Amino acid sequence: MASGGERPAVLEVRDLGVELGIGGKWVQALHDVSLTIRGGEVLGLVGESGSGKSLTALSIPGLLPGNARVVGGSIRLMGEDVLGLSEPQLNRLRTRSVAFIFQNPTTFLNPVLTVGAQISEIFELSPELLDPPGAGVRPSRRSRRRQAWAKGIEYLRVVRIPDPERIARQYPFELSGGMQQRAVIAMALARKPHLVIADEITTALDVTVQAQILSLLSELRRSIGMTLLLITHDMGIVAQLADRVAVMYSGTVVESADVRSLFREARHPYARALLAAVPTIRGDRTIFQAIPGSMPAVSDPPAGCRFHPRCPRVLPHCLAVRPLSLLVGPGHAVACHLYEERAE
Amino acid sequence: MTEPLVLEVERVVKHFPVRRHLLERRPGRVRAVDGVDFQVRAGRTFGLVGESGCGKTTVAMLLVKLLAPTAGRITFEGRDLAGITSRAVKEFRRRVQIVFQDPYGSLDPRQTMRSALVEPLFTLGVARDRARALDRAVESVEMVGLDAEILRRLPHELSGGQRQRVVIARALSVAPRLLILDEPTSSVDVSVQAQILSLLADLKRREGLTYLLISHNLVVVRYMSDVVAVMYLGKIVEMAESAALFGAPLHPYSTALISAIPVPDPEAPTISALARGDVSSPVHMPPGCRYHPRCPFAERVCREIEPPLVELQPGHQAACHFPGVARRSAPVPEPSR
Repeated sequence: MASGGERPAVLEVRDLGVELGIGGKWVQALHDVSLTIRGGEVLGLVGESGSGKSLTALSIPGLLPGNARVVGGSIRLMGEDVLGLSEPQLNRLRTRSVAFIFQNPTTFLNPVLTVGAQISEIFELSPELLDPPGAGVRPSRRSRRRQAWAKGIEYLRVVRIPDPERIARQYPFELSGGMQQRAVIAMALARKPHLVIADEITTALDVTVQAQILSLLSELRRSIGMTLLLITHDMGIVAQLADRVAVMYSGTVVESADVRSLFREARHPYARALLAAVPTIRGDRTIFQAIPGSMPAVSDPPAGCRFHPRCPRVLPHCLAVRPLSLLVGPGHAVACHLYEERAE
Repeated sequence: MTEPLVLEVERVVKHFPVRRHLLERRPGRVRAVDGVDFQVRAGRTFGLVGESGCGKTTVAMLLVKLLAPTAGRITFEGRDLAGITSRAVKEFRRRVQIVFQDPYGSLDPRQTMRSALVEPLFTLGVARDRARALDRAVESVEMVGLDAEILRRLPHELSGGQRQRVVIARALSVAPRLLILDEPTSSVDVSVQAQILSLLADLKRREGLTYLLISHNLVVVRYMSDVVAVMYLGKIVEMAESAALFGAPLHPYSTALISAIPVPDPEAPTISALARGDVSSPVHMPPGCRYHPRCPFAERVCREIEPPLVELQPGHQAACHFPGVARRSAPVPEPSR
């Protein structure tokens, strides 16, 4: 896992700043967000609602809503500066390099087209994704369509949809939530993207169906070496799927580390509190610890470290100075004044 | 098990008619609740677990008389719910309160918290004058750990956790005997969930409350409940003391539910998907055991004969032809090391 240091970075986000227009004012919603994902790696981005994890994800393929703007930093995807791209270039990036899977598959799927029509359309529009025809053969339009349909079914099979030939002829409403989400994953993978971004993709599903999707993801990760930015609020999902984890709080990444280090020895008081808040079963007892207070509103963040009003180990200068991220171990970064002092 | 019975549910059925085509003569039926029996004893928490469509929320609606059962009997403190009419309904509503999943939907967006809390005290006849009602409201919000200042605010001025606390305070302000909690934490973040769960556990201890907790979250149910029933497609498939059910589940569906929870520990064994496919339709119920299409251990008898809920160990009931089969063939990993 840590040996991935040699693999090239697929995604590199550096000091990303994003502002949101709220009530006629621009407020800073993301502060110096930095993330790196290497090829074949799963990065879990965790945080509670309002922590900025979805905003971070949306800024990667340039999908920020109209009331948001990037005010600093850089996003590099396969070495290419995303923030400098024109709209047509961004469109190419969205169709080829990055696949986004959202929480609710029904909003993604077209209700009036069959699942097969939707997935095979990808191959009709991008014939280079199909197996190359024999030398000198110019395939007819019809044979290309047939080939695209067959390829679509192949991908439905990749995501373990049972009886894909039948499902391909069905409309989204005829499928259960779990099957719809599988179809969306198939469409995401069909483009052979460099990066898949999955934003809370199992949140709307029942636990037994969630378990099916999670084991599918961990299987795909091994079989096709998928590079995945996995956004979730569920620490269990992160523990099961991620290689590395970044914890967000109030628009900043407070800690990032490989998954084992984070779960074993989280350093940031918020990361520790978040882990402790998850009810876990130890023997006969269920243990968890509440975090007092709540996350500050984007429009009214506290000065200094944004966690200081809730922090059990707050220091005087936490109230005034925003802590910078610093390394506390190999690949383990923490943005907290407690560790600055130790470093001095 | 010597505590007095608060609630008794006997062979309760709730079917909803559905017409698939306009001209269909005989409408189909959604068998939302299809013969459910359980009892809730004073001072104990009864947990009802299941996935969407299993009928758990319909059970809640039946218990608070928002729906009437198609068949069967619900008895609260010795009185048949069907016999509670007109003025007695008010007294019943005071004795049984419910907290729904979405606190935003439970509060009027244009009503201050003060009026949201004071109004039910009058309608249910708990308080006679304004001053006393206000005292009661202040007392209730303080009981759930909020500042009385919150009474001046509107719902949109509160966080999700504060809203859920207000809703709990309102339910408790009338001093109910039974509090039904329908997914009380599923719309809040984990740090807030932890706050609400500790609050509920604390209130139960302090006030001697009786809870009926409905949730799809097994960890929450395990933490809160004394007795747990697992529902699947309108029926209880397993029921036992919490420790027995989670420690040694007998029904393969319970085993699948328990092992489906992603454990927040990277060293723990990976999640196993023990239930295949999706929940069957409650209109076209599969023959035999309702769980058989998803059960990896199903045999011929499971497809033909519906297993009854029987007591297999003292206080431990399950409806399965091969109880314990899932555990024997693939040991369920302990949720946490």
